[in-house]
Amino acid sequence: MPQVTLTVNGKNSTVEVEGRTLLVELLREKLRLTGTHVGCDTSQCGACVVHVDGESVKACTLLAVQVDGCQVLTIEGLAAADGTLHPMQEAFREYHALQCGFCTPGMVMSAIDLVHKHPEGMSEREIREGLEGNLCRCTGYHNIVKAIAAAQDVMHGKRSELARAAE
Amino acid sequence: MYDFDYHKPSSVADAVKLLSADPDARAISGGQTLLPALKHRLNRPTYLVDLSGIAELKGVKREGDKVTVGALTRHIEVQNSPEVKSAIPALAHMAAVIGDIQVRNRGTIGGSVANNDPAADYPSAVLGLGATVVTDKRRIAADDFFQGMFTTALEPGELLTAIEFPIPEKAGYAKMRNPASRYVMVGVFVAKTKGGVRVVVNGAGPGVFRQTEMEQALSANWSPDAVAGIKQASEGLNSDIHGSAEYRAHLVTVMAKRAVADAG
Repeated sequence: MPQVTLTVNGKNSTVEVEGRTLLVELLREKLRLTGTHVGCDTSQCGACVVHVDGESVKACTLLAVQVDGCQVLTIEGLAAADGTLHPMQEAFREYHALQCGFCTPGMVMSAIDLVHKHPEGMSEREIREGLEGNLCRCTGYHNIVKAIAAAQDVMHGKRSELARAAE
Repeated sequence: MYDFDYHKPSSVADAVKLLSADPDARAISGGQTLLPALKHRLNRPTYLVDLSGIAELKGVKREGDKVTVGALTRHIEVQNSPEVKSAIPALAHMAAVIGDIQVRNRGTIGGSVANNDPAADYPSAVLGLGATVVTDKRRIAADDFFQGMFTTALEPGELLTAIEFPIPEKAGYAKMRNPASRYVMVGVFVAKTKGGVRVVVNGAGPGVFRQTEMEQALSANWSPDAVAGIKQASEGLNSDIHGSAEYRAHLVTVMAKRAVADAG
């Protein structure tokens, strides 16, 4: 069986997989990182989004063998060691950008890549278009969009602290 | 998904050797189309040949009056390429509206063109710009390359290595997406090139095709009004739960108008 050596959330792992093992199966079933979800398994919903070498990908549409030698970041790897949340996680909490939470890990990972890809900052419309690959069936997206808009200001250094949600 | 073996060659020669050795071997680049097909067990490859380690297949070059895009160049790279944006903005725009960010971070131009899905975007730019498809063995004119649904001039074991796009005077692309799947219902690519005007339709039929009546009209008068009155015949167009052939035929005119209006 093929062996895959990769770095997940800063930790090196060497894992035996089948050729057909998906990245999301490697993460959830071999490494027990179940924060990455499987929603549709057809690359539509985005619940399985993780970063590979800094860019967002759908882990259900990538083979484990394809990420040999890569750096993988999942939702579990975002917060600091002392538990301080990433600004995007903090913004999702502050703006109540979730209800059931199933899509949230993928939303957060996509949102971070989106902010990185737009150093100039995004309008509300650009954020909405950028979330094309992530489906949420509860919130109607409004609070997710607000959270990303607030988090981008912190991530780009325009504000030192997250703008608080209106009462 | 059935299981398979996996190889990752680092040169075109090694990849071709592997692909030629077994008719049931398949090449994989971004895998954004192949992996869903494998999950549906539409394919049962003995082994996959991962092209992503072949450096010579990557990157964009502008030389004289053409832009060469390596087969392994991802959609996100075409979208952001300064060479593509300045020479053929319509191609950068097309790349930017393929799938979603995650698909564009993985999917490649070579994979899309070699697969020739009727709902793919790139084939209409390749045909619309009169591009040349380069393989490990030969150079194929776009007019000879696309041969209908999922069918191309590529022979078994032949590897698409790059696409050479002549720089047009003007080009534009407009598409209507299915609201749920986001795949193309109808797309139209228009280009004013040295060799004349080309109008190519994707998504509407079993493969990309040229709309010659619109080409003639735009040759005489490059404006959205010139195509507004031209009706696409619905015979032979796709008809499914997403839209009838008549609806798709109607969209061809609408998208052609938009593509000309947006052309730059």
